[in-house]
Amino acid sequence: MEDKFIEVKQLYKTFHTKKQDIEVLKGIDLSVEKGEIYGIVGFSGAGKSTLVRCINRLEEPDSGSVKIGDKEITALGKAQLNEQRRKIGMIFQQFNLFDSMTVAQNIAYPLKLTGTSSKEADARVEEMLALVGLTEKKNAYPGELSGGQKQRVGIARALANRPDVLLSDEATSALDPQTTLSVLDLLKEINKKLGLTIILITHELEVIKYTCHRMAVMEDGKILEKGPVRDIFQNPECATARNFIGVYNKFRSDYWQEDAE
Amino acid sequence: MSLYKYSFWEVLRHSFSAEVWEQVVPAISETMYMVGVSSVFVLVFGILLGLILVMTSKEGLMPCKIIHTILGAVINCFRSLPQVIIIIVMLPVARALVGKSYGSNACIISLVASCVPLFARLVESSLLELDKGKIEAAKAMGSGNFRILFTIMVPETLPSLIRAFTNAVVIVISMTALAGSFGAGGIGYIAVTYGYTRFQHDLLFATIIVLIVIVQAVQLVGDTISKLILKKRHLI
Repeated sequence: MEDKFIEVKQLYKTFHTKKQDIEVLKGIDLSVEKGEIYGIVGFSGAGKSTLVRCINRLEEPDSGSVKIGDKEITALGKAQLNEQRRKIGMIFQQFNLFDSMTVAQNIAYPLKLTGTSSKEADARVEEMLALVGLTEKKNAYPGELSGGQKQRVGIARALANRPDVLLSDEATSALDPQTTLSVLDLLKEINKKLGLTIILITHELEVIKYTCHRMAVMEDGKILEKGPVRDIFQNPECATARNFIGVYNKFRSDYWQEDAE
Repeated sequence: MSLYKYSFWEVLRHSFSAEVWEQVVPAISETMYMVGVSSVFVLVFGILLGLILVMTSKEGLMPCKIIHTILGAVINCFRSLPQVIIIIVMLPVARALVGKSYGSNACIISLVASCVPLFARLVESSLLELDKGKIEAAKAMGSGNFRILFTIMVPETLPSLIRAFTNAVVIVISMTALAGSFGAGGIGYIAVTYGYTRFQHDLLFATIIVLIVIVQAVQLVGDTISKLILKKRHLI
């Protein structure tokens, strides 16, 4: 039986600018199972970032609903929303670490919000540092870290409060391929280890293929196609998915050809 | 000693004499008192108003158009007046608050009236430089607005805030000298009464030297602290 953990229904969002109104989400329906890694792929401007930001209401949807577990996120008041956000981790393309805090203080920040005792928080920080393999960087400042290390701190910080969900907003898009791979490996590892549900948005198809169980293809504010990653790769139905996979295969075939020469 | 009777070098040499500094030193302490007290007020109220401006702005954490517009308009009113005019305008206010319209304490009131709006704008622009992503990250963690303000926005922009405050103090110093000509006392008073009215250019030179040294010192301290913080965070 399908266990719908995150359910997005008929989500609409329009941005109002002075010149024009831009409809970014046009009735999104999506359901994510507990413990799966769900990938959303689309070209720039497809609305995938807005969609994921509507899940923790960094962006307020105009209409529609988002449900996580039995909590109706879209119906929460401000205080309840803050409470709920502590159970939703999020990582970003630009990492968004706090430069004024050390790595340990960054990871401890969400713990302070839940009123964790400092002793408990210290232990949790150590545990998180070990998980992301940065124990020796505990007292470093983000300014001293490489991009990949920064994202690992971002992940540790997002996971400190033992969230049920991790939202990944283009988390590997600013990283080089090798670092991307190691960050994705880390995400896969925590998904398995902690049973964490991950929603991952990206414009890189190989990220989805490497990491995700199921995926959705987005374009122009709509989801064109969704299903298990393998099915979509083998039998892409919509033109956008075919286009994506075509580009992906072209890169790969060129690579092999060069290798043969 | 006037430049009309003596050569430039003679006047300059005399500006370091004990006779001159007997008059200048008490004036320095008066100026320091005015600058010190005004700077504290400017720091407290400037930060407060700057934070309100940022928080209530359209993209801020607690948008409130009425407060933002009114506060912005009042600040602009004060900012559009030249310092001389603010001093004159604040004279009756000073009389009402401290009992007289001359002297150091009266001067402090006009200094504060002139420099708080300036520093509030500097605080605003420092805070607006902060990467919005950091605020969003804190929001996504479920941090409340005031917590974001005091644990993220202010600490993250601290080096820039310190530089802004340094600028504000330098302006307070120059304005103290200006207020001296309106009976505030201090270095400005010496420069105007002796240096301008009585052609005692040795005293004028002495006040110039003092002002340059004070401003350099303030700037050096501000820049150093700001740089030390940036270095500690490995941002430079």
